[in-house]
Amino acid sequence: MSNVKIATGHEGSAKDQINAYFQRVKSGDMGALPAVGALTVLIGIFTAAAPEYFLRPLNVANLFVQAAELTMLAAAMVFVILLAEIDLSAGVTGGVAMAVMFLLLREGIDWPIALIVSLVVGAAIGFLIGFFVAKVGVPSFVVTLGLFLGFQGLQLVMLGDGGLFKVDVAPINAIMNENLPTWLGWLVLIGGLALGILITLLDRARRTKNGLPNRPISLVAAKYGAMAVLGGIIVAVMNVNRSANAFKPIEGVPIVIPITLGILLIGGLILDRTRFGRHLYAVGGNPEAARRAGIKVAKIRIIAFIVCSALSVISGLFHVSRLGAVEATAGRTIVLSGVAAAVVGGVSLFGGKGRLMHAAIGALVITIIANGLGLLGWDAGMNFLVTGGVLILAATVDALSRKRSSSSQIRV
Amino acid sequence: MEVPVIELQDVKKSFGPVEVLKGIDFRAYAGRVTALVGDNGAGKSTLIKGLAGVQPYDSGTVKFDGEVVSIHAPRQAGHLGIEVVYQDLALCDNLDIVQNMFLGREEIKNLTLNEAAMELQAQKALESLSVRTVKSVRQKVSSLSGGQRQTVAIARSVLRQAKLVILDEPTAALGVAQTEQVSRLVRTLADSGVAVIIISHNLADVFKACDDISVLYLGKMVASLKTKETNQGEVIGYITGLKTMDGVEQ
Repeated sequence: MSNVKIATGHEGSAKDQINAYFQRVKSGDMGALPAVGALTVLIGIFTAAAPEYFLRPLNVANLFVQAAELTMLAAAMVFVILLAEIDLSAGVTGGVAMAVMFLLLREGIDWPIALIVSLVVGAAIGFLIGFFVAKVGVPSFVVTLGLFLGFQGLQLVMLGDGGLFKVDVAPINAIMNENLPTWLGWLVLIGGLALGILITLLDRARRTKNGLPNRPISLVAAKYGAMAVLGGIIVAVMNVNRSANAFKPIEGVPIVIPITLGILLIGGLILDRTRFGRHLYAVGGNPEAARRAGIKVAKIRIIAFIVCSALSVISGLFHVSRLGAVEATAGRTIVLSGVAAAVVGGVSLFGGKGRLMHAAIGALVITIIANGLGLLGWDAGMNFLVTGGVLILAATVDALSRKRSSSSQIRV
Repeated sequence: MEVPVIELQDVKKSFGPVEVLKGIDFRAYAGRVTALVGDNGAGKSTLIKGLAGVQPYDSGTVKFDGEVVSIHAPRQAGHLGIEVVYQDLALCDNLDIVQNMFLGREEIKNLTLNEAAMELQAQKALESLSVRTVKSVRQKVSSLSGGQRQTVAIARSVLRQAKLVILDEPTAALGVAQTEQVSRLVRTLADSGVAVIIISHNLADVFKACDDISVLYLGKMVASLKTKETNQGEVIGYITGLKTMDGVEQ
């Protein structure tokens, strides 16, 4: 035995850790940094250009609600993009599942059962896609393009031609249109932070028990301090009455925000801390290596498509909640924005790289562009042009960072 | 006589009408590095794939630690303690060293990955091989050089407490310094009591790193030599078929 000690990346002072982070960024491991940068710049521009509208409580609440649908779809997409696959049918899958829910509701079936059945339908569609991709070997682009076309027809067949079909279920309509009581907003924030701190402290205790070094506690304090400040500002702003009508106050955090964050948190824990998550990244990074390590690659692929489709149904549910109706054409246009949001957030289309939070940040970027340009009175054409430009920029950053990290490996 | 870790007797393998292995006898011992050399098409890969369980042999006896075994799947080979480090390494670039070393056999505690325990074991495995070139066990594999990747792949077999480690062309893509580094690693591995088989085309490396040399020629084992008792000229003679067991041809 020798006494060589190999580092674990947790050693050193806060300053060393920060330097190491910048080193990683320089070598091409940027994560969500470009998207966070873009978000900051966009917020700055729109605040300066439309100070009387943009950062007002009403608009901020609208922004989050508008972003929720897209966030959920982008998060769904992350599971398959991590495998370097794609699901072009995610949007219409949500649409079909919502059509199923509508038909069941019309038959007088209770909404929880109708909702569960629609989720099962989504999961079944995901299984179907996964089966064709992983077992039969049809490229996911083709399978899901076929379903994208087919499901548009299926929606029309199920619902009849066009139009909106009213859904009048209070709990479903509440998701996008109601707010938490002000006290509950604070409680959710405090609960979320407490949960995060608890998980971090348990991790540290486990490392200490194994005799491994921990990162300086000051970094943990700084991270959760920043989150507390940011979250506190958002809750405080959301708790301000944003109604123009003096008799009907609107205040509190929109219900959809804790629901979305909760799903992202659970999904994130699954990706980061379970065997399935680890194997998903491995298959995305190098399927052959994963196979040789004994991972059942086909099974991982199928599960990823099931998760993707099920989360798409939740995105579809948000859409129904916002409109208060099921649409026969739902999910056609949002799907490409979902892919764009994931890519803008820093999820690599080459597979193996990206996190769920990246999808949320990307969705916020895309939503803010549409929202901000709308407030400035620019037309839809400009919105598409800017969004497209941002997407290409993001994909370019990804490609260049890959180049850099593959050239840095030649260095001994 | 010491019991070999792996012993093959009269092993045969055909692909259709083509007989690739024509009755091979082969041994590898604990604590020794055995080179498997031979020209392209001599049957080296086929021999190794049989041991790895990827392509089972048609006939013949395989003894592991003196016991007759049959290896029909990679999983069986893994259970016996046979690990193959392939030429293209089979690492995931997007994962870090610990994640790669534990890929497919992650440790779980309370339903979640036990990162601390895995990190500690990875660290110990690398330290047991006196690895000095790796900065942190949490480095992404994409940031590693060829030699470092080879190191990680070999350390993975240590982690799995392999009794027989087979290295397929471990130094083929490496520079001089990195080859040296991997050779040292192989020696440390063997000294810890593991039987190592190296497939190589580079005779200079073979003579530097290996204790025994087995030569395949057109599906037959034509020589099993001790490195100390032979020289490069003789081995090349066997590889090219100019020499046979019975003496110089012609």
